[in-house]
Amino acid sequence: MVQTEAQQSGSLMRAASPLPGARKALEVRNLRVGFPTEEGMVQAVGGIDLEIERGRTLALVGESGCGKSVTGRALMALQPKHAEVSGEIWLTPGRQEAQLDRRLRASSENGSFNLLQFKPGGKEMRHVRGGLISMIFQEPMTALSPLHTIGDQIMENILLHRTKNRKEARSIALEMMERVGIGNAQRRLDQYPHEFSGGMRQRAMIAMALSCQPALLIADEPTTALDVTIQAQVLELMKQLQHELGMAILFITHDLGVVAETADEVAVMYLGRIVERAPVRELFRNPKHPYTKGLMRSIPRIGGVGGRLASIEGTVPLPLNRPPMCGFYERCSERIEGVCNRQDVPESDAGPGHKVRCFLYSEPEKKGDNPHE
Amino acid sequence: MIRYIAKRTLVMIPVSLAVSMIVFFIIQLPPGDFISGYAAKMSASGEVMDAQALAKLRENYGLDRPWYTQYFSWIWGILTSGDFGYSLSYNRPVSEIIGQYMGITVIISLATMIFTYVVAIPIGILSAVKKYSFFDYFATGVGFLGMATPNFLFAIILMFLSFQWWGDPMLGLFSPEFADAPWTAAKWMDLLKHMIIPVIVIGTSNTCELIRVMRGQMLDEMSKPHIVTARAKGLPEWKILLKYSMRAAVNPVISTIGWSLTTIFTGSTITAIVLNLPTQGPIMHRALLSQDMYLAGSWLLLMAIFTLIGTLLSDILLAWLDPRIRLDRKEA
Ligand SMILES: Nc1ncnc2c1ncn2[C@@H]1O[C@H](COP(=O)(O)OP(=O)(O)OP(=O)(O)O)[C@@H](O)[C@H]1O
Ligand code: SF4
Ligand SMILES: [Mg+2]
Repeated sequence: MVQTEAQQSGSLMRAASPLPGARKALEVRNLRVGFPTEEGMVQAVGGIDLEIERGRTLALVGESGCGKSVTGRALMALQPKHAEVSGEIWLTPGRQEAQLDRRLRASSENGSFNLLQFKPGGKEMRHVRGGLISMIFQEPMTALSPLHTIGDQIMENILLHRTKNRKEARSIALEMMERVGIGNAQRRLDQYPHEFSGGMRQRAMIAMALSCQPALLIADEPTTALDVTIQAQVLELMKQLQHELGMAILFITHDLGVVAETADEVAVMYLGRIVERAPVRELFRNPKHPYTKGLMRSIPRIGGVGGRLASIEGTVPLPLNRPPMCGFYERCSERIEGVCNRQDVPESDAGPGHKVRCFLYSEPEKKGDNPHE
Repeated sequence: MIRYIAKRTLVMIPVSLAVSMIVFFIIQLPPGDFISGYAAKMSASGEVMDAQALAKLRENYGLDRPWYTQYFSWIWGILTSGDFGYSLSYNRPVSEIIGQYMGITVIISLATMIFTYVVAIPIGILSAVKKYSFFDYFATGVGFLGMATPNFLFAIILMFLSFQWWGDPMLGLFSPEFADAPWTAAKWMDLLKHMIIPVIVIGTSNTCELIRVMRGQMLDEMSKPHIVTARAKGLPEWKILLKYSMRAAVNPVISTIGWSLTTIFTGSTITAIVLNLPTQGPIMHRALLSQDMYLAGSWLLLMAIFTLIGTLLSDILLAWLDPRIRLDRKEA
């Protein structure tokens, strides 16, 4: 299905030469994304911290509408123009300085840069998009243009970031197609998306996203639209390519079965906040937050794969004009009245690499009123 | 693709024949014929024709035979010798009348279409890209006005203004001094000048509608998921607009050029009458009223053929522009 090491030509291996020492590909500090509306600010992402190490996968899980996609898009500055974004997004491409764009080099601090200093559509950000961070989407049917060939769309990425030479771009595209297991790649490059099956399209998307060897791949529910066997193949492919290319992956999903199979770390998101994060085994063995526990209970025991997050009672409130309080308060069976609904919940340690945001594991502030939101 | 076009062209032959027969049948359907209308007109002016003279006339023109016999001898004439029959009201061969008016009709229609597309596509696209800007509101406002104003009223207003400002309502297509003059540069200029009002009048409502279609298409295309994909690759915004949104938005508009050609042929009759244009519309109108069946039949037949060709043209453009349709066709 996928080419063996010996068959791969050298060109793909060229770009990535990791910087020694820099382990974290991505560090997000207090990221907030708000959408001003007529009724007030919809705080889709309400101050989150994330870290992903090179070559590792962080799964971002949570119910529909909790802010996963908004987070993923904000990392590439793909939010709508009117959105308000604040915080810090530190990217460490892990490449030799010389391989970076001149503008990016100028704003780097020890090989890292804060992406939020760049204008969303500006030149620097456009070097980051597709070059250092790539994204694959849920719907392989609509994420490709129906009027352009697959080859054209993959080569576009390569021509923007790796070479100006069309012939070279085509041969890189060809190599990527073979690498993601698309047979007869030479002919396939000249075909259109509608001639590809859903699984093949998602493979082509992966080929496109990885053609410039990004430091970070954001995969927003990449397998949700595929049927189960194809889903497993695509996940396997992503894992293998991650092993070969060493990129970090932010894997957005609401399927805990997929999380168990792919993630190294897990961050559980609820109403725009990360309520719990831990290494994957730790989280499955020892969930702390009432919301996470609810999620775990909702996984079907037998079979394992395919658990959807739907069976917790109540619905997610809209993150609109919320006072400082626990976001899960309305649905929580362990809530402490007068505490959980009075102040913002701080994050506390719950074991090695395990953090949780719940008053069951931390002392509330004595006064009750938390001055900062 | 070539096989597909050949196939479609072949299919057009029986379809045009069937259309022509239906057309012919419908024209002769109302009671009476050209002769009875003619007799009525004569008697109104005091000249009474006896039944024998009328019968003689009918026999001369073949009007006494059943309609299908008339049809077959007519169509036979067209197929074998390009003879479209004889116009009773003009007292001239139909092909001569067609020759005289068809050129002008085609010129005006083409000019109108070019006007429509050249004006509407850029305005529509700009309105979408600058959504809710002053420009967008302005274009939308003018567009609605243009669609709401009936063409004949619009024609009269423009003629009045032209008369006020230049002392010439620009009636017809030529100034009197050029009407029978040979084709010189000055005559062409005169024609161009006279075409301004008709083109604007006939083209405006289509233009306004096309602006709205174009704007909607463009907004739709700009919000497609694959636009986000393109953005995520680091493509600059203007390139995304050109390569993806505009390309896709223009597609359906370009590919319906063939169809709109036929609607311009058929849709401008009243305007042409008001503006006194020697196009086919008013001729057709008169031919139908007087049951001048060979003339009317020939016009309608040509129109049907134009429609068929226009449709084929659209289909070819559509296939050429859209790979999904193209590949479908390949297999067909
Ligand atoms: N452009 C926008 N304007 C206003 N609100 C928005 C906008 N985009 C997203 N939101 C809101 O932000 C919240 C988070 O949306 P998001 O798409 O990130 O959810 P998600 O976690 O990805 O859900 P799903 O699993 O359904 O994809 C939702 O409440 C949504 O209504
Ligand atoms: S902080 Fe309180 S309401 Fe929130 S999850 Fe913990 S116990 Fe439940
Ligand atoms: Mg989402």
